[in-house]
Amino acid sequence: MSFDRIREKLNILADAAKYDVSCSSSGGTRKNDGKGLGDSHSSGICHTYTEDGRCVSLLKILLTNHCIYDCLFCVSRKSNDVKRAAFTVDEVVELTMNFYRRNYIEGLFLSSGIFKNADFTMERLLLVCKKLRLEQNYNGYIHLKTIPGASDELIKEAGLYADRMSINLEMPTEAGLKLLAPEKSHDDVIKPLAFVQQNIAQFAEDKKLIKHIPKFVPAGQSTQMVIGATPESDKDIMYTANAFYKNFSLKRVYYSGYVPISNDTRMPVLGTQPPLLRENRLYQTDWLMRFYGFKVQEILNDANPNLDVDIDPKLSWAIRNMQHFPIDINKADYKMILRIPGIGVMSAQKIIQARKFGKLRIDQLKKIGVAYNRAKHFITCVDSPYQLKDYQGTQIKAFILAESQSKYLKTDSNQLILF
Amino acid sequence: MTYIFDGSLPGLLTAVFEWFERKPGKVELKSVEMFQPEAFAESFTVITNSEKSDRVWAGLQKKLKKEWLRKFYCSYLSEIHEAYNHLFHFTIYIFQNGIGAETNYGNDHVMAVSKYARSVEREKHRMEAFIRFQHTADGIFYTGIDPDFNVLPLISNHFKNRYADQQWIIYDLKRKYGLHYNLNSVEEITIDFTNGVNSKNPEAILLDEKEELYSVLWKDYFKSANIVARKNTKLHVRHVPKRYWKYLTEKQLS
Repeated sequence: MSFDRIREKLNILADAAKYDVSCSSSGGTRKNDGKGLGDSHSSGICHTYTEDGRCVSLLKILLTNHCIYDCLFCVSRKSNDVKRAAFTVDEVVELTMNFYRRNYIEGLFLSSGIFKNADFTMERLLLVCKKLRLEQNYNGYIHLKTIPGASDELIKEAGLYADRMSINLEMPTEAGLKLLAPEKSHDDVIKPLAFVQQNIAQFAEDKKLIKHIPKFVPAGQSTQMVIGATPESDKDIMYTANAFYKNFSLKRVYYSGYVPISNDTRMPVLGTQPPLLRENRLYQTDWLMRFYGFKVQEILNDANPNLDVDIDPKLSWAIRNMQHFPIDINKADYKMILRIPGIGVMSAQKIIQARKFGKLRIDQLKKIGVAYNRAKHFITCVDSPYQLKDYQGTQIKAFILAESQSKYLKTDSNQLILF
Repeated sequence: MTYIFDGSLPGLLTAVFEWFERKPGKVELKSVEMFQPEAFAESFTVITNSEKSDRVWAGLQKKLKKEWLRKFYCSYLSEIHEAYNHLFHFTIYIFQNGIGAETNYGNDHVMAVSKYARSVEREKHRMEAFIRFQHTADGIFYTGIDPDFNVLPLISNHFKNRYADQQWIIYDLKRKYGLHYNLNSVEEITIDFTNGVNSKNPEAILLDEKEELYSVLWKDYFKSANIVARKNTKLHVRHVPKRYWKYLTEKQLS
């Protein structure tokens, strides 16, 4: 294998894989028993960040970018005129081992274009995992793409070696997907997602009875949706995400702002800025659902089908629901404190613990880490200044906007004009 | 009143012991390095005593859960002079109050210890992330670092568990000691760099022949993974502050 050829392959196949957002390496539970290589770090480690500010934790590559499908949103689509390449199984194994040994990465993220057919592709992905685990004694992280349409046996076997498996929904709605990839449907994704989930549940059930049972996809499953390629509303997107979290116990749903790669008229033209702000708001909503006890219907509904651009969804919920505020920091329960703009999970927990020792004052809240300038409109504590006037939500929004500066305003002017 | 201690952890714990013996009222703890005699201020030099420090540590173990003992230790490893004083007062506060007093985040010393611990843990995590080994000709994976805080004791286990089948050395160039894993155990070592070896970048002859290949591939990968249309330098620098770039293979010009 020549030096230049392997460099070229890596460039092509890493470049084609970069639109997959997931780089999480958390949730791995593999321990290095014996004298192998690697040990999972339960919270994951980001080893570096690309210049676009995204974490690099895994060696994220395609096995090949040859593909029999022609999905419009994908750089590796059949009709696209790009250089093609394919790694051999051994090349992937060697790259992974050598990068891991130098502490460059937490593990491998392996995806692939579909060549020949689903089973043929899945077999090769499985082979890489098996070589790493069985021949190289490798305990690092493996994130493997489930290839839709692959046989149950192959998927089940892969689950024994991978830490996480994922399949991308690609478009938030079936209609959107049909528009850009007529050969595909959400059902292709749902079937294997459900299959893997049933197996995870089954293994967990068996583990209760038998102690030594192999791990099966210990870090769970995830999926990804492309945002802004098709005209779905934020409500459509988040309702889909919510359903997938619920129905398939997903660990993560990723939202990937569409980076234009095609001249097709059905999608945003080349050169359009990716919708970074919108993507950010969707992630904020996702966090509110998973860590802050919000129901998706509270944030997005028929009256509010899209998220506010100028303020985050938590503040926006608070302003629409001023009847709940102000909240007394020294009395309210944890669930309500979590809902106060300017207070995060860590601060909320500290408040609950600290107030057992005495009523909290403003200076203490600031030290605990509360963003007081934001929170002050929604709380009272021991020394809150007495307020004669009841401000309207819209007034508070104006106050907060006046003293904060959005990090997106400069870079994303063309997005703001839309609204 | 100023208490002066030798800067060691047993010294700090002995100081707490001495305070309880004497109850001298308001005291500030300083390491001997930082102490400057003042004309009208009283001072007391703490003589480190392992019996006394062991008793204080045992007392802390009864009062604090593991998580907080670790925070205590991490704050100490920060080597920040104000942290020593906060730890001193934190310990007194813990002994003078009932179980659970460490969760009083309204208390300045509790908050301070929790903050120092967080900084140290963050640095520890950064070392776990940003260290890059170079494979040397004699088969050892080597890296030299100069972390903000003394984190080697905290990262030792992580690297031992992870790289169990390869010899490695992590050397703290600032504090002049390092860890060497010899396939069985991790040992503390000191290296004499005076004979002209560049400790940060061992010269090419000392490196394994494949080292160049993989560092080039890694740099290539780093470039390929970037999406130019999403360039966000501010975010990039926030995640990887510039002072860490010297560690990162992918940030070196080839």
